[in-house]
Amino acid sequence: MKLTLVTGLTGLLLLGTIVELLRRRQLREKYGMLWLAVLVIVIPLSLFPRLLDNVAGLLGVASGVSLVLFLGIVFLLLVCVHLSWEVSALEEETRTLAEDFALLRAEIAEERAARDELVSTDG
Amino acid sequence: MVNGKRTLIIIPALNESGSIADVVGEVRGELPGVDVLVVDDGSTDRTAAVAAAAGAKVAQLPYNLGVGGAMRLGYRYARDHDYDVAIQIDADGQHDPRYVPKLVDLLDDNDLVIGARFAGEGDYNVRGPRRWAMVMLSAVLSRVARTKLTDTTSGFRAANRRVIEMFAGWYPAEYLGDTVETLVHTARRGYRIRQVPVAMRKRMAGTPSHSPAKAMVYLGRAFAVLTLALIRR
Repeated sequence: MKLTLVTGLTGLLLLGTIVELLRRRQLREKYGMLWLAVLVIVIPLSLFPRLLDNVAGLLGVASGVSLVLFLGIVFLLLVCVHLSWEVSALEEETRTLAEDFALLRAEIAEERAARDELVSTDG
Repeated sequence: MVNGKRTLIIIPALNESGSIADVVGEVRGELPGVDVLVVDDGSTDRTAAVAAAAGAKVAQLPYNLGVGGAMRLGYRYARDHDYDVAIQIDADGQHDPRYVPKLVDLLDDNDLVIGARFAGEGDYNVRGPRRWAMVMLSAVLSRVARTKLTDTTSGFRAANRRVIEMFAGWYPAEYLGDTVETLVHTARRGYRIRQVPVAMRKRMAGTPSHSPAKAMVYLGRAFAVLTLALIRR
């Protein structure tokens, strides 16, 4: 009974954190929704850990709890891979931005030099 | 202008304020009428200011992107300003600008020309894992490019318009991407690559790394980069 309390409270705490982050606009909706969906599945399981025993039996896994643990790790790995992918895309975007910025700055410097030269020959 | 072609020399530089003025000055002295673009790769010293004072055009990146990152900027500049030829030269003074006309000559029949450190000339030598890496890269890349390439990591290169166009849109920023991966990519797309033997000078500033452990890591990374480049589209 105690364990159910701990897992259930942890789930609710995480739910509160996600909702609060979303409310303060510190988490993009596309990520927030994912975590909310995960919690909607996990919280009932934390209250009734035997819920998946039948499914686990069908797959040859000893108990529902082990199945949840296994799926949880797989899910977290996938999330990490996805984040690396997102960061790679972000790095490419910032690289292009940095190049654009440098090109613009060079262009401004060249125009300024050309204008100064014009002024000095005129005056 | 080199042989009637509008030519841009691209020099990627990271904290090279000690030697950049000499390099820019030498290039401008040897090749009058050629534009020099120094790409300051997020230096923390006065590289950009020193290069500009020496008469180079300067493109200053807001933060460090690595040689590959700096080079794409150089090629974008060459494309946007309509240059016929873009030549990359290292900022440490290892590359002799007197070879530039020779490289440009060969662009008539080739798309990318590499200035390769001439075997036996000068006191340029490498041993151990670093040498194995160079031998492996040369063997594989020579096959891919269907021409003899002995110095695949040379940063002394001349590109014609077609290659400038390609590099402006695609140029890897990662380790060895600027040398090994660009060669694989260029050869795979049917561009003709040639190498020209050049004598390499000692660098004016900075020191090369010579630890065996580093050389071993280099071999591993070179192998990984090459494998990835070969299985990539």
